[in-house]
Amino acid sequence: MADNGRRDFMGKVFGGWAALGGLGALYAAKKSWDPLPSVKAAGFTKVDLSAAEPNVLNIEKWRGKPIFILKKTPEIVAKQTKEESARDVVVGKDHFLVCIGLCTHLGCIPAYRPDKHDFKCACHGGEFDVSGINTLPPPPSPMVIPPFKIEGTTLILGEEGPEYKKMKEAGVIA
Amino acid sequence: MAHFEKAHSLEEWLDQRLAIKTLRRVLAEEYWIPKNINFLWAMGMVLAVTFGILVVSGIFLLCYYQPNVNLAFDSVNYTIMQEVEFGWLWRHVHAVAASVVFLIIYIHMFTGIYYGSYKKGRELIWISGMLLFVSFSAEAFSGYMLPWGQMSYWAGMVITNLFSLGSLELNGLVEWIRGDYVPGQAFLNRFFMLHVFLMPLIIMALIGLHFGTLRIPHVNNQDGEEIDFEEEAKKYLSGKKKEAKVIRFQPDFLSKDMFVVAVFLIFFFYLVFWHYDFAMDPINFDPADGLKTPTHIYPEWYFLWSYEILRPFPKDPGLIAFGFAQVIFFLLPFLDRSPNVAPASRRGKFAVWFWVLLVDMIVLTVMGKLPPMGIYSTIGLLAASLFIILWIALPFITKNEKAV
Repeated sequence: MADNGRRDFMGKVFGGWAALGGLGALYAAKKSWDPLPSVKAAGFTKVDLSAAEPNVLNIEKWRGKPIFILKKTPEIVAKQTKEESARDVVVGKDHFLVCIGLCTHLGCIPAYRPDKHDFKCACHGGEFDVSGINTLPPPPSPMVIPPFKIEGTTLILGEEGPEYKKMKEAGVIA
Repeated sequence: MAHFEKAHSLEEWLDQRLAIKTLRRVLAEEYWIPKNINFLWAMGMVLAVTFGILVVSGIFLLCYYQPNVNLAFDSVNYTIMQEVEFGWLWRHVHAVAASVVFLIIYIHMFTGIYYGSYKKGRELIWISGMLLFVSFSAEAFSGYMLPWGQMSYWAGMVITNLFSLGSLELNGLVEWIRGDYVPGQAFLNRFFMLHVFLMPLIIMALIGLHFGTLRIPHVNNQDGEEIDFEEEAKKYLSGKKKEAKVIRFQPDFLSKDMFVVAVFLIFFFYLVFWHYDFAMDPINFDPADGLKTPTHIYPEWYFLWSYEILRPFPKDPGLIAFGFAQVIFFLLPFLDRSPNVAPASRRGKFAVWFWVLLVDMIVLTVMGKLPPMGIYSTIGLLAASLFIILWIALPFITKNEKAV
């Protein structure tokens, strides 16, 4: 069976090279489905906070996602717990909620209820308080605070400023 | 060079080169179907015809559809619906067929479950059929993205988010699937590719496999009787057609099959011309808007039961329950511990199991469409729990089943 020995050998050599090529092709396939550089680069949004009205929800767009920006009234701020206040973005004397406006359950956009000062997600009934903390399941975690930086009264989304890093260190941002 | 005689007809010429007579005999004229069956045995052919209708109408839609986030919505709702002559026909045929195909798939599945057509050599028929069900689901979902309306966008958002696998938070995986942070151009393009090429290719291959798995065990019959097909075929071929328990696939069985197909097509075209709206969600006639979630997000009716298994639980258990619902039907041939191949009505507790499962899935379907509030949430939770309990109970209730 010397002949078959040579055929087996050729089969194994072919199989080895094919496996190598297959791995290369898989790597290329994985990389070609990654977000494109142009998609990644369009990632910074500037928002002027000085024009914000209290208790009126502003929705900005950042990386295709809605960003909730809510200027809290002094009454809301006074009633807040420590946990809630830790998530506030403070500019001058004003306290803001800044978060990605997507329910942490399956990514719907919760609606703001100005009379109740909370958020209600219509999809599966989840609720969040005025600081974006989940209060009624199914959402398992608070709405996410995006990387931000404060310059005067301008909020830059997509860049990690000192205030954002502080929140991160304090464990407010998981 | 092989030896060829001069052919006297086109058939003979082809037969010399392709053995078409042998093929026809093996695949059709001597492929045996039991006599003891009913109209439910025609659902396979109804499905094959419906798939053909989907392919043909899809080809015409493909001539004008634009897979671009700025153009897709108008290419469907303006170009195809208003400019292209008979564009509305292709769209409505395609949409209605996509919906009705699932109705027939469910009838086909539950027929198989009722008559025990998934055991004693028929396991692969069931498994290849379930692979087809999953492929049709992927095909339906990817097609639902293409009009790029509000429901397309938000269903795309919700379903791709499932791949973050709850608390594992695999957001990188979700972004990789989308090619973006949210569904966008890359997402629409790749789902277009899946819908018009890769999934249809896989489905066609699986249909071939599904037919192949039938060949040796043959189709089941109304009593689950074990038939000696070679013996019965001999009787038939020797002229004792009345005595034989079998008939030829072509032309005997096929003529009845096509009668059922014809009745089905009357129903189908009635829907296409007078009730196409049931397959068209009004919310999807608003263009996709990433900053505005529709008040209620729900899938098409055929996904509602599994959606309702996801919904009433907290995030992680919900995902596990959903995953369970997706794979558990595959295991049916192995979870049913009884050797009986018989209609459920003769199988004692299994009959109860069958009807409870069927009703439970209808309840889940209804609850999946209703907003998740109050009593609906409770009923949804109970029905979803019952679904899981039923499948866990199946091996125990079939284990000691009396031989029929």
